[in-house]
Amino acid sequence: MKTLTKIMAVSALSLGLAAPALAQDDPTQVGFIYVGSIGDLGWTYEHDRARLAVEEHFGDAVETSYVENVPEGADAERVLTQMALSGADLIFTTSFGYMDPTNAVAERFPNVRFEHATGYRRDHPNVSTYSARFYEGRAVMGHIAGHMTESNIVGYIASFPIPEVIRGINSAFIHAREVNPDVEFRIVWAYTWFDPAVEADAAQALIDQGADVIMQHTDSTAPMTVLAEAGAFGFGQASDMYQFAPAPRISAIIDDWAPYYIARTQAVMDGTWESTDTWDGIGPGMVGIGEMTDAIPEEVRASAQALQAAIAAGDYHPFTGPLNRQDGSAWLAEGEVADDGTLLGMNFYVEGITGDVPN
Amino acid sequence: MMGIDPITLIVALITVSTPVLLAAIGELVVEKTGVLNLGVEGMMITGAVMGFVVAVNTGSPTLGFLAGMASGMALSLIFGVLTQLLLSNQVATGLALTLFGLGLSALLGVGYPGSTPPVVSDPFPAAMAEIPVIGPILFGHSLVIYLSVLLVAAVWYVLGYTKMGLIIRAVGENHDAAHALGYKVIRIRLMAIMFGGACAGLGGAFLSIVRVQNWVDGMTAGAGWIALALVVFASWKPWRALLGAYLFGGVTALQLRLQAAGIDIPVEILAMSPYVITIVVLVIMSSDKSRTALNAPAALGKVFHATG
Repeated sequence: MKTLTKIMAVSALSLGLAAPALAQDDPTQVGFIYVGSIGDLGWTYEHDRARLAVEEHFGDAVETSYVENVPEGADAERVLTQMALSGADLIFTTSFGYMDPTNAVAERFPNVRFEHATGYRRDHPNVSTYSARFYEGRAVMGHIAGHMTESNIVGYIASFPIPEVIRGINSAFIHAREVNPDVEFRIVWAYTWFDPAVEADAAQALIDQGADVIMQHTDSTAPMTVLAEAGAFGFGQASDMYQFAPAPRISAIIDDWAPYYIARTQAVMDGTWESTDTWDGIGPGMVGIGEMTDAIPEEVRASAQALQAAIAAGDYHPFTGPLNRQDGSAWLAEGEVADDGTLLGMNFYVEGITGDVPN
Repeated sequence: MMGIDPITLIVALITVSTPVLLAAIGELVVEKTGVLNLGVEGMMITGAVMGFVVAVNTGSPTLGFLAGMASGMALSLIFGVLTQLLLSNQVATGLALTLFGLGLSALLGVGYPGSTPPVVSDPFPAAMAEIPVIGPILFGHSLVIYLSVLLVAAVWYVLGYTKMGLIIRAVGENHDAAHALGYKVIRIRLMAIMFGGACAGLGGAFLSIVRVQNWVDGMTAGAGWIALALVVFASWKPWRALLGAYLFGGVTALQLRLQAAGIDIPVEILAMSPYVITIVVLVIMSSDKSRTALNAPAALGKVFHATG
């Protein structure tokens, strides 16, 4: 309801500012659509923090608006159309499932710029895509998980079987195995990005099966509460989740979209905006690693930080051969590094992971 | 590869099922008086946020549960006044109540995600919960879970074996006849609606305070709708509602455990199985017209306007 008021306020505002004399000084309108609520303390929360950073950076020169809890599909198209009609200059669509609606609406509004997160379709010159190399962060988390598990069972709460998620599982597994040859991954597909009850149940199911370190690729903090009760360890996902430190949260993968959002807004204001595809990792700061707490032994913290530094500097790629596919067939030869194309379409597990990728 | 421990499975399924069971048993009584309140989801989520906020601020889970019940009841009273006194359409009002509850809860819960609620102590001593097999299943739960089962028994007894139950059923079957006999149809329905609201609110509070121990926007994620389906699934019979809720919770808990155990079965089928079962049951129930007609309250969803 508050978002509706917001849209109405924005459209009223843009109508008011349509007076010709003011046209030059129009604040740049930046819209955001979110798949979850800004209170999820995870994925959407971080996008909204970046939105607030844009507001702070530009002050009166920019006005932002957002709509939260937008379902992926026809509803998204409706919300996007409304945003474009109410005068947005730049719209960030912050979930993979907005890919088709974003491109469809972009075709109808060639003067509005669209930025689609985690997608790969740029059908029109006014669509850009951007994502973060979360797998770099997963490598560091996997390294820590491999060291921390005593049962040698690491639980993994996965969302949907898309390349983004599979890449994360593979990256975490490779680096857990590297430091602990006995480690096993148990993967539960929750088929949701955000459902605290299901996520908590999944965490409980994994703990009941013997997992003592759990990684999550879902957005709520619900698994943390379960981990705290069971005395197991976990990692903040998308956001720092620092309220659960020093344990169960022993580190975190943090999405930091603010620099990108500010740069793209600046580009629109300068008239230099172009359709681009951005995929940044730890190095440029789009993927942050949350503080490693004292629950992690000092030497593990040191080696994890060394891994983080090597990835950031570009000295090490988390997918470096020799690596085999799950079925044992060769994927990367000794020293070979995975190309982005394969990573973006990754639909297979690496050798050592049990179970099948659901179709 | 490890098998699945049936004890932890049963413990999990009871916890998973309880919020839905509470909401369903409340709605069952409401529907028995002939009122269809589709606002269960809205009342649950309001109960979840109010229960959580009060529990965090007072440090008392009991006060949290009471606040959850009170807020669910307050919301249901809006529905009651609109549909019973102002004779609005029950379906539309119920849907509006759900939307209202979702919006209101998001507003009330600002600043609370990530807060930690007080720990709920179990009514039985920890030693009893350590008895092999029956200990964790029977004695390891929080009080609300025992209450939910007692509530089912109470509703079963009251509806089937007391004068009050007879009056409730009479109002739900034929409100004109009940009115002619001198029963206060509107008053009885309002009380049932408030009972339903309190149950839904308690279910929501259980979800936020016990099961998830956190508040997040939209956290009921459709549990209220499942509760509504359960009432039909149970053909308005309290023990069947319990069975249905545990069956539903059981499938949910089982599919996650099968995955965690690495047992090779198509997970997408498992993940959707609770919903498919609900749909199948609803289809079977509705295809048999005579049976449904026998069980559904005859005046369900009809507007009552006392004439003469």
